[in-house]
Amino acid sequence: MDMPTPNPEVLAKKARIVARLQEVLPADAVISDEAETRAYECDALTAYRCPPLAAVLPASTEEVVAVLKVCHEEDVPVVPRGAGTSLAGGSMPTADSIILGVARMTEVLETDYENRFIRVQTGRTNLSVSGAVEEDGFFYAPDPSSQLACAIAGNIAMNSGGAHCLKYGVTTNNLMGVTMVTMEGEVFEIGGAHLDAGGLDLLGVICGSEGQLGVVTEATLRILHKPEGARPVLMGFDSNEVAGQCVSDIIKSGILPVAIEFMDRPCIRATEAFAGAGYPDCEALLIVEVEGSDQEIEAQLERILAIARTHNPVELRESTSAEESARIWLGRKSAFGAMGQINDYMCLDGTIPVSQLPYVLRRIGELSKDYGLDVGNVFHAGDGNMHPLILFDANKPGDLERCEAFGADILRLCVEVGGCLTGEHGVGIEKRDLMVDQYAPEDLDIQMAVKDVFDPKWLLNPAKVFPLAASEPRRMAAE
Amino acid sequence: MMTPANEAALAEIVAGAQTALRIQGGGTRAIGAPSDATVLSTSALSGVTLYEPGALTIVAGAGTPIAEIEATLAAEGQRLAFEPMDHRGLLGTDGVPTIGGAVAANVSGPRRIQAGACRDSLLGVRFVDGAGRVLKNGGRVMKNVTGYDLVKLMGGSWGTLGVLSEVSLKVQAVSEAVGCVLLHGLDDQQAVKAMSAALGSPSDVSGAAHAPVGVDGTPVTMIRIEGLEASVAYRVEKLTALLADFGAEVVVERDAEKVAAGWSWVRDVALFQGGTGDVWRLSVKPTDGPGVVAAIKQSQPEAQVLYDWGGGLIWVQVSEGSDVRAAVGQGHATLIRAAEATRARVPVFHPEPAALANLSARLRKKFDPRGILNPGLMG
Repeated sequence: MDMPTPNPEVLAKKARIVARLQEVLPADAVISDEAETRAYECDALTAYRCPPLAAVLPASTEEVVAVLKVCHEEDVPVVPRGAGTSLAGGSMPTADSIILGVARMTEVLETDYENRFIRVQTGRTNLSVSGAVEEDGFFYAPDPSSQLACAIAGNIAMNSGGAHCLKYGVTTNNLMGVTMVTMEGEVFEIGGAHLDAGGLDLLGVICGSEGQLGVVTEATLRILHKPEGARPVLMGFDSNEVAGQCVSDIIKSGILPVAIEFMDRPCIRATEAFAGAGYPDCEALLIVEVEGSDQEIEAQLERILAIARTHNPVELRESTSAEESARIWLGRKSAFGAMGQINDYMCLDGTIPVSQLPYVLRRIGELSKDYGLDVGNVFHAGDGNMHPLILFDANKPGDLERCEAFGADILRLCVEVGGCLTGEHGVGIEKRDLMVDQYAPEDLDIQMAVKDVFDPKWLLNPAKVFPLAASEPRRMAAE
Repeated sequence: MMTPANEAALAEIVAGAQTALRIQGGGTRAIGAPSDATVLSTSALSGVTLYEPGALTIVAGAGTPIAEIEATLAAEGQRLAFEPMDHRGLLGTDGVPTIGGAVAANVSGPRRIQAGACRDSLLGVRFVDGAGRVLKNGGRVMKNVTGYDLVKLMGGSWGTLGVLSEVSLKVQAVSEAVGCVLLHGLDDQQAVKAMSAALGSPSDVSGAAHAPVGVDGTPVTMIRIEGLEASVAYRVEKLTALLADFGAEVVVERDAEKVAAGWSWVRDVALFQGGTGDVWRLSVKPTDGPGVVAAIKQSQPEAQVLYDWGGGLIWVQVSEGSDVRAAVGQGHATLIRAAEATRARVPVFHPEPAALANLSARLRKKFDPRGILNPGLMG
């Protein structure tokens, strides 16, 4: 993975930059020792590593302002970091960059049930946002699978989704306001406890901008009352096509499950060996979950099961207890771990129109043979967000490269059928160079023009999202 | 008026424009400071280009009439989730509301509190920027974080960043059943508390509105439930029990046509149709609403109001030429209906803090370097 050559001038003045950062932050909030900066050399995309010049851990908006002002004056690139769970390399540093971590900003600032929002510092983890309101019956809906660890800051940067966004939407649909600091150290309050922007929808463009427009330090998030209950049903089919058709028929019927998860045979076999959830050995498996009171759940499941039966399922398993529900989810939830037991894997994240599901799965199977690499598919079928897991051996020379080429082919396939490169993980460095397959040069230019407005010197997370060649003139001009 | 027949012609017109353009969809709204700029209409960019009911997505030209989209969706038992308002009654205008107009103004009706605003249903856009470039962002899939989300930015930008040529939207199934719990006689503060209680319950409320002066002249608070018949029956009962504490007379309406008529009345602000005076649209924190209204009434005792979105959206009718903004704390106010002279004098959109206004102005400059797209409309 190419990264820009570190700016030698910045490297040469490391001591001065660190001294200036120490002036504006508590001593233990500046990490510059080479052994310690190594902790920030990568995120969850572990194939690529590079320790930063230094890392800082501010505890407030004011401290973030102070850090960014120093970095802006010194022309030092800044890479914002939530919890470091990005699968796309969103917070991967360069040698001349400062990592700005929000890990110390975890406070709940305001909880308001009457107006149904919570305001938090963005270093708070996704799950602990729900945790703060759980006792009162509320929750924060977006639930990325890393929710135990991932921070709201990163959720906002990547516009994270989750298994339940079919009903509740993704981060952008649940984000009401932010406090954001620009690279120049200016603080903006955008949105809040009221709905929808008065002027341009800046909140909409900030969410999902991968930390390139500003550092979001506080967020106002919509909270909802928890449903009275939830229950999954498991269905097995003897072909991907039939399972795909069943998904489409459920959606068309007017019932909106909170989740429709799909696993194919390689993935089912791997998770069975790993977790022993008792899944049927079939070509494709769906887990459909509905919510509500017992009688509402039964009414919905009755319809869903009737639809499933028209597709001759090889298995239909209803849950009658919390334990059975947990067992149905067990395999799905351990799918990534199960694949990881077999080998190293790369997790993709393209989205496709649901109607293209059977074709895309077939093509992935063909490509798998061409490349000689196994692939398992487990994904959010209701919204077409696929997660092919390509297995490879990191110790085998050339395997990573072959895996990346295979992944790129799958993502191009997603774009070709009317979908996109990434549904919830973000572009980062991982899919940066594939952006030209989805967008024309002028489409990328207008996006980069937005960054020009927020960060004229291109210092915030500069080597991400856009192909290096496309962003080079801007990064160079800024230097 | 210029009415390009296709996107390429639209791009050519914008690229060749020597003077300012006023972008128009169906021409149902005269909003913003009066302008004598040449009208550029998207009405010929019309037609549904792709509809996949099984994927809950529809793609259409910006000039497609909303009625045509709704009819197409209805044939498959689906609808637009965000319930766009029809402004014609309130503004006393004619014309044909278009999907591009709804997107450009982020027009969202009562279901906004549950299913999101228009911008939340918007999956992709094609548009022509101020330099005449044809651009696209987003696509037609529900989850897409590929690059910056300019889709949201274009929604609600009122044609100041580009002229929309095509939009793709997420749609939803029409509910099998509907019910409405009506509370009679609550004052504004109690009504907002009741709506907060309903919206903070597990009942998945899809509409919460309050009219201090309802159709029969007395206060009415409306809570809507949509879903499967079994769900609606169950939740209406739960809500009735939950709201009993407020001491209002509770009536449950289960007749689908009557419920629909009631919510159209809210959505289209029928209360102020044919009335005199200016109409403002306020977005505030719901529990701030009654206080904001009380402050307005201090100087405008005759002011009439309608609360939607659980109290967060307030429609206010005041005497001509008055400015209600001083009463709004956090939130914003837009002047929707007023005489030309008022619109020339009072900013139609809520003035932003200087730094934010500067940021927005610099963004506009990138999208529209010559300042020819609805100049001055938003600031």
